[in-house]
Amino acid sequence: MEGNFVKVGKNRVPLEEFVAEGHSFCTGCGEALALRLACKALGRNVIIANATGCIEICTSPLPVTSWRVPWIHTLFENTAAVSSGTEAALKVLMKKGKMPQKDITCVSVAGDGGTSDIGLQALSGALERRHNFLYLCFDNEAYMNTGIQRSSATPYGASTTTAPAGKFSIGQTSWKKNLPEIAVAHSIPYVATASPGYPFDLMNKVKKGAEVNGPAYVHILSPCPTGWRSPSNLSVKLGRLAVETAIFPLYEVENGRYKLNVDPPKLKPVEEYLKPQGRFRHLLEAEIKEIQQHVTEEYARLKAKVACFGGSTSSGN
Amino acid sequence: MSKRVGLEASHAAAEAARMADIDVTAAYPITPQTHVPERLAEMVANGELEAAYIPVESEHSALSACLGSAAVGARTFTATAGQGLELMHEVVYVASSMRYPIVMTVANRALSAPLSVWGDHSDAMAVRDTGWIQVFCQNNQETFDLTLWAFRVGEDPKVLLPVMVHFDGFSLSHVTEPVILPEQEEVDRFLPKFQYPFALNPDRPMTHGAFGPPDIYSETKVAQEVALRESRDVILQGWKEFGDIFGRYYKPVESYKTEGARLLVLTMGSFSETAKVAVDTRKAKGESVGLINLRLWRPFPFQELIEAVKGAETLIVFDRCISFGGPGGPVSSEVRSALYNEKKRPVVVSFVGGLGGRDMSVKDFEYVIDRGRGVAEKGSKELFETVGIRGEVTGIRG
Amino acid sequence: MAKKKLKVGSDLTWKDMEVGNIVREAGSASARRTGDWRTERPILDKEKCTKCALCWLDCPDAAIKPTAEGYYVADLDYCKGCGICAEICPVKAITMIEEEEK
Repeated sequence: MEGNFVKVGKNRVPLEEFVAEGHSFCTGCGEALALRLACKALGRNVIIANATGCIEICTSPLPVTSWRVPWIHTLFENTAAVSSGTEAALKVLMKKGKMPQKDITCVSVAGDGGTSDIGLQALSGALERRHNFLYLCFDNEAYMNTGIQRSSATPYGASTTTAPAGKFSIGQTSWKKNLPEIAVAHSIPYVATASPGYPFDLMNKVKKGAEVNGPAYVHILSPCPTGWRSPSNLSVKLGRLAVETAIFPLYEVENGRYKLNVDPPKLKPVEEYLKPQGRFRHLLEAEIKEIQQHVTEEYARLKAKVACFGGSTSSGN
Repeated sequence: MSKRVGLEASHAAAEAARMADIDVTAAYPITPQTHVPERLAEMVANGELEAAYIPVESEHSALSACLGSAAVGARTFTATAGQGLELMHEVVYVASSMRYPIVMTVANRALSAPLSVWGDHSDAMAVRDTGWIQVFCQNNQETFDLTLWAFRVGEDPKVLLPVMVHFDGFSLSHVTEPVILPEQEEVDRFLPKFQYPFALNPDRPMTHGAFGPPDIYSETKVAQEVALRESRDVILQGWKEFGDIFGRYYKPVESYKTEGARLLVLTMGSFSETAKVAVDTRKAKGESVGLINLRLWRPFPFQELIEAVKGAETLIVFDRCISFGGPGGPVSSEVRSALYNEKKRPVVVSFVGGLGGRDMSVKDFEYVIDRGRGVAEKGSKELFETVGIRGEVTGIRG
Repeated sequence: MAKKKLKVGSDLTWKDMEVGNIVREAGSASARRTGDWRTERPILDKEKCTKCALCWLDCPDAAIKPTAEGYYVADLDYCKGCGICAEICPVKAITMIEEEEK
């Protein structure tokens, strides 16, 4: 430890905790870890608008709060709209001399529910209007806080409470909606994917997104032991396996130029990632093969974009 | 020198927002409110107004952006109508319970289905219980005045509540009337700078919008209700200050020639002016009639209403909205409820009309007076009377 | 660790409500000691530990804290016993043991 930093390998990570210990995230929550890391990358000069969801519920039970930075929660689907208002207000208040100049980053924090489904409109609007803000989607791949119901970010073949696996169903019958690509389609300066399995990559990307001038979108895979039915101690490992199997590739898109951050020379089979998770327990070999094929194709498509739209691969942390 | 100009109520509202030097407006266009955001956008583009105009992608996002803006202490304004007010419905509750002093003008429009862009009060009645301070404007001057006044009251540190200013769609929003515009210096004297005491800022990190477990939610609601009730003092104070500076004094309940009147008609919004002409016409014929214009809707002015109807035998309440399956008109049911505990109270007769842009003429209000008098005298089994609606409406009971 | 009492709703009347239900005290929820969720606890073998701080980095609960000697040890007031630290420790210096019945 050095002063206010902890030395982890070659990196210096702020010691300060912006989300106080004693929160009520589940044991082993990957989202809690991802949030903790993201907040360390963001620092104090933020105003966080948070959607209804796991993060909001676990950190803000009246009359107390876990938050040590300015924070606002209003509703489920409007996070990007709230941040739009905050961003525009701060800009104009400083311009009119009604408040002192200060570098404050507006951050939206929402889950896959509050982003991919009910929150998609507000996100699209905010990106299109080019507000200078950072949108962080913490993706645990279902509406976890309300009881593990499916979202459009739930992966194919996963069992959720509203798309359960059964005699006549494989569980989720659609492929995961590609939110980062939707963000890229808005031609914004910065889009990235991140995972708590790669903490320094995650923190760097959050920092980059915060510093960029204009809208930035970072999509963070958040392993959920409760909803994924995985052992609580495997959340970080699953965060790594998702990348090592190319199920959740780590990449950045800066002004339309793709860059792959982690490109394992030999990908692990998807089975390694699926097996520890009870939500995939029902999958037959043929179905796992189907998933493997899809992942392989999608990864090839991504690599083609990297080759086509500039940028090279670089090793992750 | 104040000047007299011809303005649509929409433009009057926009002008009030400009003179109030709003910081942020986030609005989504919807007939018949469109001239409000259009005028604001024009003013920002021309540099007449230094504000952020956020062209949001829906009304839900419009009011949500206003939450984010108010939370950091910006003077925030928006406008909507009809379906737009419905789309932002959940956000409306949040604005008041989080105590953000947003000012919103609503160009009252009928609710679908069927689709109607024309005026009535169904959009306003759907937000009765949302916890906002609410007023209804009779004309374009009031629309300007009450919009300005709304900032004074909502932003007062003893209040900190959002304010809705209702004005009739098309009949006011799209009609040019003479409006007296004050001097900017007068406005600056009336309206203090907005200093929101709980502005989100990294210098003192606070949490807004923590969730309410069962052991605390009830207490938050009581606190909110008390705050809305107690805003009365500042509402009245604001009107006094307004009158002192601009010369026009407003009251929660306006009594028009009600002295000694045995029959009173109660209306809200622009129809009050039409009804006043009907009252004049009948008074000239020797009838004992008067009009009450209900201006303050929330917090409901119980004291003033009870005082205003003292001595009347009949009170006809005219609603521009049907409360389906309920007691006819929502305003009449609230008036009945307000008078229930009074030992002596007039017979209340409920009338519904003016729905979806159907106009009410002076003659229509004369019909209301005649028929209402008859119903009060003979008694009636009907929940409500209708006016201007083709086909008899009888025998409708719960 | 600070032993302050957790503020709860049932202690408050409607008059105690803040305007807009804001919470002024940053991090006040830390008075809630989630350590009582635990069924297992991490034990550190200081002989094996290389002080790499990866356990500190990867704790979802920020329950692992630096000590004066430069080790990283779980704060039992907050540790929920998830076992991530034991799983990711590169030298397997952390073992999870069953919490004892009190």
